[in-house]
Amino acid sequence: MIPQALFFYFAGMTVLSAVVAIVSRNLIFSALSLLVTFIHIAGLYILLHAEFVAAVQIIVYAGAILVLYLFVLMLFNPKSESFYLHRQFPIAIFLGVVLCGLMVLSVFRTEILGHLPTAVKTTVRGLQQSMGNTQMIGNALYTDFIFPFEIASFILLVGLIGAILLAGRHLDRKQ
Amino acid sequence: MMPSAIPLEWYLIVGFLLFAIGVVGVLVRRSIIMVLLSIELMLNSANITFIAYAYYLQNITGQIMVFFILMMAAAEVALGLALVIALYRVRATLNVDEINLLKW
Repeated sequence: MIPQALFFYFAGMTVLSAVVAIVSRNLIFSALSLLVTFIHIAGLYILLHAEFVAAVQIIVYAGAILVLYLFVLMLFNPKSESFYLHRQFPIAIFLGVVLCGLMVLSVFRTEILGHLPTAVKTTVRGLQQSMGNTQMIGNALYTDFIFPFEIASFILLVGLIGAILLAGRHLDRKQ
Repeated sequence: MMPSAIPLEWYLIVGFLLFAIGVVGVLVRRSIIMVLLSIELMLNSANITFIAYAYYLQNITGQIMVFFILMMAAAEVALGLALVIALYRVRATLNVDEINLLKW
């Protein structure tokens, strides 16, 4: 009973604050309700026994990405926003409802839910009793996924250099 | 089967609702920062789906994928906001309707 109640709380708050983030006219309110969304998504991860991912979600999304958004928002003084909704918003809402309906329909019409794999060796629960979530993720990340890990570090380096180049002061010199 | 009381479909429906909200946000809002925020929502819905399948299929790979999505989201936010700042310097607007330099 308690897991269901927790699930409904986290899921309801996630969806509700996401809707508030979309419809809110003030951009600061949008960013702050997106913070609520991220924290409750971390709660969903804990319900799914992904504790390390939940911690990383709070640290990276709520701690780093949202702070970056808030910095940029404070830089732009969003109180002067005179535009709000695009004129195509009825079509957009209709498209969103159709998309969500199609995806929910595909959940109930596919057979994948009945097939639990039997050949998978790195099980979540089976290994979790002996190793723990963090150790298991580290084991998989530094053995099987070492090459994607290196690619990820390279992409982060590209993001770092690109952000410095794009937002740096060299654009002002042209004027 | 898992000793969990919550079916997989519920998590998937939450993820799909978040994705639909993100799509509507991208299409509806006219501030370019809100478009980037809605893209974050869509990435998070993909993360929820990955974690739910990682638990219900008993495979750690889904959680590893979430790390790579997280890395990609961080790089995307840094680059996207840098582009917004550079754009604001050149055009002095955040409205996506007025950013039509490459419009055909």
